Amino acid sequence: MNAEAADNLLSDDVRAWIGRSDEPVRMEVSRRDIVKYSIATEQRNPRYLRGDEAPPMFLFGADKPLTPIPQLRADGLLEDQLLPDLPLKRVMAGGIKQRYHRPIKPGDVLIITRTITDIFQKQGSSRPLIFIVYDIRVTTEDGTLVMQETQSRINR
Amino acid sequence: MPKLSELKPGDALPERQHLATNVSLFLYNAAVWNAHRIHYDEPYTTDVENHPGVIIDGPLQGDWLSQVVLDWLEDSGQLLEFEYTNRRASILGETLTAGGSVKAIDGTQVVVELFIRNEAGDITTPGQALVQLADGA
Repeated sequence: MNAEAADNLLSDDVRAWIGRSDEPVRMEVSRRDIVKYSIATEQRNPRYLRGDEAPPMFLFGADKPLTPIPQLRADGLLEDQLLPDLPLKRVMAGGIKQRYHRPIKPGDVLIITRTITDIFQKQGSSRPLIFIVYDIRVTTEDGTLVMQETQSRINR
Repeated sequence: MPKLSELKPGDALPERQHLATNVSLFLYNAAVWNAHRIHYDEPYTTDVENHPGVIIDGPLQGDWLSQVVLDWLEDSGQLLEFEYTNRRASILGETLTAGGSVKAIDGTQVVVELFIRNEAGDITTPGQALVQLADGA
């Protein structure tokens, strides 16, 4: 292990973010948005292509607020409000685990809540990596559970 | 469409090849409202973020994995759980193969192992799904 990898990149201030949530996002699901997503992901099931029901990964990104262009970072990503200031800035997708409770259909109004459940450091093949783990909970407005997700983001 | 009575661990699901293009990546990133420049700005991607080329979105590959299961199931069952890990980046221009196989069967629930494989034969994105097959399937 090299000297850089041995450094602890996670200060107490960073770790204090574990357990924090951001403002829930309210999302009205439209048939047109489902159709756009289904075309872009090359779905084959007519139910998705007609927009009768959303594919399982349809909500990717919907947990984030819609940010005006001047507030985007130089890399094009939004300045995530639910993210501590990390010493590693480059972002990579990590992975996702989802559990489905109810299909998503046009006209649904969903409430999406995101909470940081873990922040940890790991040594990658050539450099240290910081993993930020989010718990994402999707319900209807009356509180019926639609989907639970664990999502990890990697800073390198 | 899988028949529960005929399923056994190791059975392969139909594979599908995906060749992303600038246009398909543009549409995907517009649909999920993602402006990360590594998905469309090649000089930025190579010079600033040091990737070998424009990056195919990790969650797009995740979606392709979910389709391996959904297209196999047709209407004979339901996806209960799905997960994947983006293990290494895939570069625009690579043809990716999405596939999977039956890992375990417990009553009417089936665990399916999934993969995205690149042209070099490396698994870039492993995944897993838990499905509920309909009674009588």
